[in-house]
Amino acid sequence: MNADKVLDAKGFACPMPVVRAKKAIDELEAGQVLEVHTTDKGSKNDLTAWAKASGHTVVNMKEENGVFTFWIKKG
Amino acid sequence: MSEQKKKTTIILFSGDYDKAMAAYIIANGAAAYDHEVTIFHTFWGLNALRKDSTVPVKKGLLEKMFAKMMPRGADRMGLSRMNFGGIGAKLIKRVIKKHNAVPLPQLIDMAKEQGIKLVACQMTVDLLGLQQDELIDGIEFAGVAAYLADASEGNVNLFI
Repeated sequence: MNADKVLDAKGFACPMPVVRAKKAIDELEAGQVLEVHTTDKGSKNDLTAWAKASGHTVVNMKEENGVFTFWIKKG
Repeated sequence: MSEQKKKTTIILFSGDYDKAMAAYIIANGAAAYDHEVTIFHTFWGLNALRKDSTVPVKKGLLEKMFAKMMPRGADRMGLSRMNFGGIGAKLIKRVIKKHNAVPLPQLIDMAKEQGIKLVACQMTVDLLGLQQDELIDGIEFAGVAAYLADASEGNVNLFI
């Protein structure tokens, strides 16, 4: 999947993944996709809830070797 | 996305490191949620806003005693449980580092960066004998009416 911006938030604990994601997505235009990498287990629910509440869409998500990858389309 | 921003207000009454940390994590999270966030510091919570260096100001004896006995800045605050005279606070900071969590002073810096409104309750600033110069820059001073103005429009209102 093609992303317009990639955010590496691996190793960060709450609330950093969401704070960083918010900063990163603010720099994108509506319709563009942000790819986020995290290792915080809470971020799975956190980023999904945050995206939904902020009007963005989680287009895809995967978990591999403890790394979560999200593709979030800006709303 | 043009509708009015949601609001979060937090009253930080506690001067405990752990409780203040919870307050500032929620505040920073709410800012990432694009909420307008206000943290209203009162009583012991004001210590989170103190500069960590001593500031030469004129004070009475009682005020001097208060200033001595209260933690000077966020990093000197103790834990609400298992503080053991400050050893607990030292240990928790080690654990925070180990887990790559954000320590309180950095959470406060981040809150300012995210445009969170930090308010000091003027009445308790006076009660505790604190002066504006002893508190960090970029904060506002207000009272209950200003808090209620924010809180009555608040979607999330917390007392910590």
